[in-house]
Amino acid sequence: MIVAFIQRAIVQGIPLLFGSTGEIITEKSGNLNLGTAGVMYMGGISGVIGAFLYENSVETVNPVLAVLIPLLASVIGSSFMGLIYALLTVTLRANQNVTGLALTTFGVGFGNFFGGSLIKLLDTDVPSIALSATSKCFKAGFPFADKLGVVGDVFFSYSFLAYIAIAIALVTSFYFKKTKSGLHLRAVGENPATADAAGINVSAYKYGATIIGSIIAGLGGLYYVMDYADGVWSNDGFGDRGWLAIALVIFAVWRPNFGIIGSFLFGGLLIIHNYIPNLTLSAQELFKMAPYVVTIIVLVVISMRRKRENLPPASLGLSYFREER
Amino acid sequence: MANIQKKTHEPLFHIAKRDSIPTLKAWLIRAAAIVIALIVCGLLTMLLTGENPINVYASMIEGAIGTERRVWRLLQDLAILLCISLAVTPAFKMKFWNIGAEGQVLIGGLAAAACSMFLTDSLPTAVLIPVMFIASVLAGAIWAVIPAFFKAHWNTNETPFTLMMNYIAIQLVSYYCFVYSVPKGSGKIPLLPKASWLPTIGNNDYILNIIIVAVITFGMYIYLKYNKHGYEISVVGESENTAKYIGINVKKVIIRTLILSGAICGIAGLLLVNGTNHTIASNTVDGRGFTAIMVSWLAKFNPITMILTAFIIVFLEKGAGEISTMFGLNSSFSEIITGIIIFFIIGCEFFINYKLVFRSKKEANSK
Repeated sequence: MIVAFIQRAIVQGIPLLFGSTGEIITEKSGNLNLGTAGVMYMGGISGVIGAFLYENSVETVNPVLAVLIPLLASVIGSSFMGLIYALLTVTLRANQNVTGLALTTFGVGFGNFFGGSLIKLLDTDVPSIALSATSKCFKAGFPFADKLGVVGDVFFSYSFLAYIAIAIALVTSFYFKKTKSGLHLRAVGENPATADAAGINVSAYKYGATIIGSIIAGLGGLYYVMDYADGVWSNDGFGDRGWLAIALVIFAVWRPNFGIIGSFLFGGLLIIHNYIPNLTLSAQELFKMAPYVVTIIVLVVISMRRKRENLPPASLGLSYFREER
Repeated sequence: MANIQKKTHEPLFHIAKRDSIPTLKAWLIRAAAIVIALIVCGLLTMLLTGENPINVYASMIEGAIGTERRVWRLLQDLAILLCISLAVTPAFKMKFWNIGAEGQVLIGGLAAAACSMFLTDSLPTAVLIPVMFIASVLAGAIWAVIPAFFKAHWNTNETPFTLMMNYIAIQLVSYYCFVYSVPKGSGKIPLLPKASWLPTIGNNDYILNIIIVAVITFGMYIYLKYNKHGYEISVVGESENTAKYIGINVKKVIIRTLILSGAICGIAGLLLVNGTNHTIASNTVDGRGFTAIMVSWLAKFNPITMILTAFIIVFLEKGAGEISTMFGLNSSFSEIITGIIIFFIIGCEFFINYKLVFRSKKEANSK
């Protein structure tokens, strides 16, 4: 049962990991994108649309295309969201919070609308969006996992996107710490005026970080639909995971490698109510509070301790106007 | 030398901040943005439904204000959204990013619902309603003051804090609904006892809500514009250091303002639970707490303008809702439309605050 719990916790955690890694990259550039929830819906539904069109246009599904087409569609969808956000906040200098909330409204609406109306819009005769063939391709994992017993179950039983999520988080961590461009990105988030004076192209970094961050976050939506939900889109099924991903950014104190552990922990907290015996239905609802309460505690503790390396990027949430110094 | 000067690249245009812009011109820019947004939305609707845009807009108007009943529904929704928008306004003016209105309204509603379930039998209506009112106001204020306290003392980031408080409130309500659900385990509580419903004026269910919100709107306008508190809020919002320098107690202002903000959210919760739905569920607030932030911001934190911006949003929701029923599409269509229109309005503010100065030959020659 413990093995099953760990497995489920990690599967629950992977979308959050994608979301939080994406959001960390975005926030490191000084952009607080509250639209992550919307971006993740967009990444999910774009992948679904791509897969749906492909599955319904061919007789037999080619596994490579079945993965690549939704993946590409998801990347296009979520980078479009990132582009809107960057255009409004960087070029047009709009308020980041309001833009982010509008992006969430738009993205969640877009997801639910196309999720609910895709079949009618395309005049197909299938009863519901169930992309089992595509989902099967996405679920491909290590063939040897079964033979390794518990070790195989805990470490090797996931689909390839899960390992990609962990790899992205590690690479991002390395990028921030060890590369010049990562240093530039952090400079932009900490003090854009100084970065600008040092000859760093502030707008380019902000655009780049926001769009790449959105693409990564969008993959979380794709993973959720294709792997966790077996290719079945249900409206609002993704729930509030986008917001939880933003919480995870704080929990991980803006470090993607901490985010890996954090996401598994959050994943565990999300489902722990299923694993505590004799819990009444009402008490389950109380247990669902756990990830949020934990985030608040972390938030309060880091603000009280005020250790430099645990603080958010100094100019987070502020637009940068070169002329207004 | 002359050659070098020629080569220096002058950009096609540069951006300059406007000192001030005539109000009329500012509103013209906003109106133009809304018109462009409506054209984009019209094209989108046409693509999706194959109907011509004029019919689409006609059915939107029909859906929003087509019948007397619909007008009342619209006004009712407008009142609730406006009430929450007013609640977040003083906090936002102070640059306190309270995105927890959702939870503050819900917890206010929960307090009202609990009062009506447990006190209706023991208290007469005339006492019960003030008690409910106080309970909701207190609950909302407490929910808002917790993050404010940490913000004031340790500068804890309020955006994620208030966000998390939303979900804690949602889970609390969900818990409550499971504990008192009928039938057991359904997670739904029955209608509240009729004696605890807010009184109706005449035979219209909603007019009391509308009057209360109208009073709050006017009160908030006075408070922000003519009261010393309103002035302090603006100063803290503009620059915390200036505020400290001129002797404003910033901590006190933050906490006081958030108590006010939460209290009004609590009232909105009461109106929503005992004045409208007569029951409570974890989705009672339905994202209005977030929409309210956009409404307040679009109105530039002016309570009177907020009536207009709240109206635009509610109108669009109702109108787009009608389109989705007509064409058998998912009701989330309204969220897409709302999103697009807000993008355009947010974007157009740039052209109100800044102007593009194009490269002109005259200037180059005069150098």
